[in-house]
Amino acid sequence: MSKLSYAYYPGCSGQGTSMEYEASTRGLCEALDIELKEIPDWSCCGSTPAHACDHVLSAALSGRNLALAADMGEDCVLTPCPSCLTNLKNAGRHIAHSDDFKAKVNKLLDEPINEVPDVKSVLQILFEDLGPEGLKDKILKPLKGLKVVTYYGCILTRPPKLMEFDSEENPISMDELMKAAGAEVLPFPLKTECCGASHGVARKDLVMKLSGKLLDMAAQLGADAVVTACPLCQMNLDLRQGQVNQANKTSYKLPVFYYTQLLGWAMGLPQAQLGLDKLCVDPMPALNGIAKKEDAA
Amino acid sequence: MQTVNLTDTVDRTFMEKVMEESGQVLSQCYQCGNCTASCPYTFGFDIPVSRVMRLVQTGQKKAVLESSSIWLCASCTSCTTRCPNNIDVACVMDVLRHIARREGFVKERRVKAFFDSFLDSVRKHGRVFEIGLMVDYVCKTGRFWTDMDLGPKMLPKGKMSLRPHDIKGKDAIARIFKRFEEENK
Ligand code: SF4
Ligand code: SF4
Repeated sequence: MSKLSYAYYPGCSGQGTSMEYEASTRGLCEALDIELKEIPDWSCCGSTPAHACDHVLSAALSGRNLALAADMGEDCVLTPCPSCLTNLKNAGRHIAHSDDFKAKVNKLLDEPINEVPDVKSVLQILFEDLGPEGLKDKILKPLKGLKVVTYYGCILTRPPKLMEFDSEENPISMDELMKAAGAEVLPFPLKTECCGASHGVARKDLVMKLSGKLLDMAAQLGADAVVTACPLCQMNLDLRQGQVNQANKTSYKLPVFYYTQLLGWAMGLPQAQLGLDKLCVDPMPALNGIAKKEDAA
Repeated sequence: MQTVNLTDTVDRTFMEKVMEESGQVLSQCYQCGNCTASCPYTFGFDIPVSRVMRLVQTGQKKAVLESSSIWLCASCTSCTTRCPNNIDVACVMDVLRHIARREGFVKERRVKAFFDSFLDSVRKHGRVFEIGLMVDYVCKTGRFWTDMDLGPKMLPKGKMSLRPHDIKGKDAIARIFKRFEEENK
């Protein structure tokens, strides 16, 4: 197979709150021979605040990045972040389908947009282009005995007509990758429920309820860890787990991994590349548990 | 439950405006309630999302634009995903926020302040500067204790940069915002 190569849009949170997602994504892709060509001087897609303010403004912020990717000669942009993914996809879709909308967007930009590249999540490429089978022979340290729930969050596969990936009600891509890495994937009925998204700052009370429900369910199922693909979900469940515990009188210590970290771990990537020390809830008991179960077997 | 006197408060142009800006055929909503049943925020909304749709259909502009719901909607798109009539309900909620913002209706001040601080940060640096965003938000809302407990968790991990990530093209981003304001004057 020829080497896979894509334009890459890291997204702002990768430079801060989700730097371990960014590091592990790059490490994983390198190990799998997938080339990520970072879009030069990419800018913020505007996230929820932009589309909540105006659709043309939002599309212009995303559109600038799509145009830069097209200038690189790339026809597909990858991003790890579901929120960036939604914004980039939405912008591309509307610009390509409506000349009127495109003209409005171009009015805000220095350079008009010509070509609009395709946009996919890193997860989509790993699942569709590489596939769980393509991963299997790279697994050096299987995640044996590790019971996980996969949490996709609300927008990674929704709405289906826009995202065109996996299932909107019961996504399985992360499940299959986790199984290929040797983990036990528990059936998690809240796979696509909302964690509270970006209201953690302004309306923490609401987020505590929504994220609390997810942790309750994961714990009830007996999961050793939650696996996510979204910086916002990860932040609400990991960084805010202490707040959730306090608000709901619980005492969970459930590690919340990015799927890239667990795949990287199973492939034996160096720890520094996985950013495990950036997680708030200590992941080591869960990871050391794997080794112990291995010994016992 | 809040009741609305339909005949006193009808604004007939409102539904057309929302239809035009969202590109959605709102008359197709037959109040099945799928969106409300799917909405994770129903417990926190003052008006459930299907009722918002009905109020738009019946031209209840003020009741809709004054609601908390339109600001609390997390854009999770569960409603859009499950609407049997293919209405992009989340897009309608977005458009209602746009109109509320333009016409000065803001029920959830803190949510809007957070959005504004975020966009100001992008405008200044080209990318979000998280600490700057939080400082700006605290200044706008006076909520000093918001997430103070998270600082000690994040700073030692180096997860929040103390300096902004300015991009080379940050002036180009500032120009996008400026042109947007000029277009919408
Ligand atoms: S799901 Fe669609 S048709 Fe049903 S109430 Fe909501 S908007 Fe109306
Ligand atoms: S997009 Fe908004 S209204 Fe629709 S289900 Fe999600 S939170 Fe509710």
